[in-house]
Amino acid sequence: MSLKRTPLYPMHLKHNGKIIDFGGWELPVQYEGMGIIKEHNMVREKAGLFDVSHMGEITIIGEQAEQMVQKLVTNDVKSMQDFQVMYSPMCYPSGGVVDDLLVYRYDSKNYLLVVNAANTDKDYEWIQQNLIPGVEASNRSSEYAQLALQGPAAQDILQKLTTLDLNTIRFFWFNPQVNISGVDCLVSRTGYTGEDGFEIYVEPQQAEFIWEEIIRAGQELVSPIGLGARDSLRFEAKLPLYGQEIDQDITPLEAGLGFFVKLEAGDFIGRTALIQQKQEGLKRKLVEFSMLGKGIPRSHYEVEVDGMPVGHVSSGMYSPTFKKPIGLALLNIEHCEPGSEIDIIIRNQPVKARVEKGIFYRKKTKSK
Amino acid sequence: MNVPKKLLYTKEHEWIKVNGDRGHVGITDYAQHHLGDIVFVELPELDEEVAQGESMGVIESVKAVATLFSPVSGRILEVNEELEEAPELLNEDPYGNWIAIVEITEQSELDDLISADEYKSYCETLE
Repeated sequence: MSLKRTPLYPMHLKHNGKIIDFGGWELPVQYEGMGIIKEHNMVREKAGLFDVSHMGEITIIGEQAEQMVQKLVTNDVKSMQDFQVMYSPMCYPSGGVVDDLLVYRYDSKNYLLVVNAANTDKDYEWIQQNLIPGVEASNRSSEYAQLALQGPAAQDILQKLTTLDLNTIRFFWFNPQVNISGVDCLVSRTGYTGEDGFEIYVEPQQAEFIWEEIIRAGQELVSPIGLGARDSLRFEAKLPLYGQEIDQDITPLEAGLGFFVKLEAGDFIGRTALIQQKQEGLKRKLVEFSMLGKGIPRSHYEVEVDGMPVGHVSSGMYSPTFKKPIGLALLNIEHCEPGSEIDIIIRNQPVKARVEKGIFYRKKTKSK
Repeated sequence: MNVPKKLLYTKEHEWIKVNGDRGHVGITDYAQHHLGDIVFVELPELDEEVAQGESMGVIESVKAVATLFSPVSGRILEVNEELEEAPELLNEDPYGNWIAIVEITEQSELDDLISADEYKSYCETLE
């Protein structure tokens, strides 16, 4: 199968992006002259521009759209207002996760779901299988390009390109029609970095223009950011990545996403299993850890205590912000207490680590 | 890409600077560039016996884990402990920052290594 390119591919070449195969997409892991750490720090300190056009967009439209979306996701869809955005896991009957996604509500008959690129086809099939009468689902992914502008300077930069007061778009809300440099875009105050910022949806033909406008408006305050820093930024902010913190065999409760599981919201798929899991108590859960010995924890490394397997690292890396390695691990419940010592198995050698709480990145929020 | 003439190279992107029976070993400019930001170096142990082509350490960048293969067989005479505190030195100056000094026990093994010109041509085939 040939690799797919986003409409912003020419921009990645222009900025000398190091192109990799990312789940079938040709995307930059980092840009020449920058690198993951510089790009990461740029987003924490100023602003970064990401091409996230590979993300999937699925519309759910019809009289019963609200019921349909509620059937699919674990969060409370009925509580949403028009132009609100909601994060939610989408589960199998087992409670395992099909995907995690953003729900955009235009109104109770019209929703847009934004899903992980690699899961788009799987998600669309899953939605079709579970479709109720009075609703149509369609995969509109090829009709949207998506840019993310993230970082403390994001609002000042984007404000230069629009007359709309961006303060009117609050955290996890959107405006479906924002005129940016003369082009209609959907803009939400959302992101995957732990910083303030926006996600901008635009028709593919206009994506390059919007990209160049943002780079021009941002000048030295903005840089293009590759997938490497996207991962390190989301990791530091403890935002889950499908395939690591969550997957078909890990429930949202185990992954620490209980806040996004509203068991009273409605009869969504997976509810029975999650209620049962809650009643029985978790047998394992996701914890933070720091390294006591030398080494860098990586995704899928085994975790042991006294030579016995107790879980695995879901994500781990050198944190550019804290300048040391940290990790997330899915551990048997008896080892999850903060302060517990565990061994991360790095190249067949146990390296000491300690379960922690609250060591991950929290931005200094300005209240909106 | 910087490939100093006076060094010998491996296709695994290590360099060795031979001085009698002592060889300074490091990673090439090509290696550091492709690894990206280096954040961790696992050095070999002093006096450890290493065999040509076998692991003598690990270099980790933000994204990748790479094995450092010994260009020759021998005993580890010295390790550059500065790299434990400042692994980014390998990005900044890969030829100025050696990783270990090996006592070369099999001089004939040097014939297995490639010259700067050969290494440069080899890297071009990888692009």
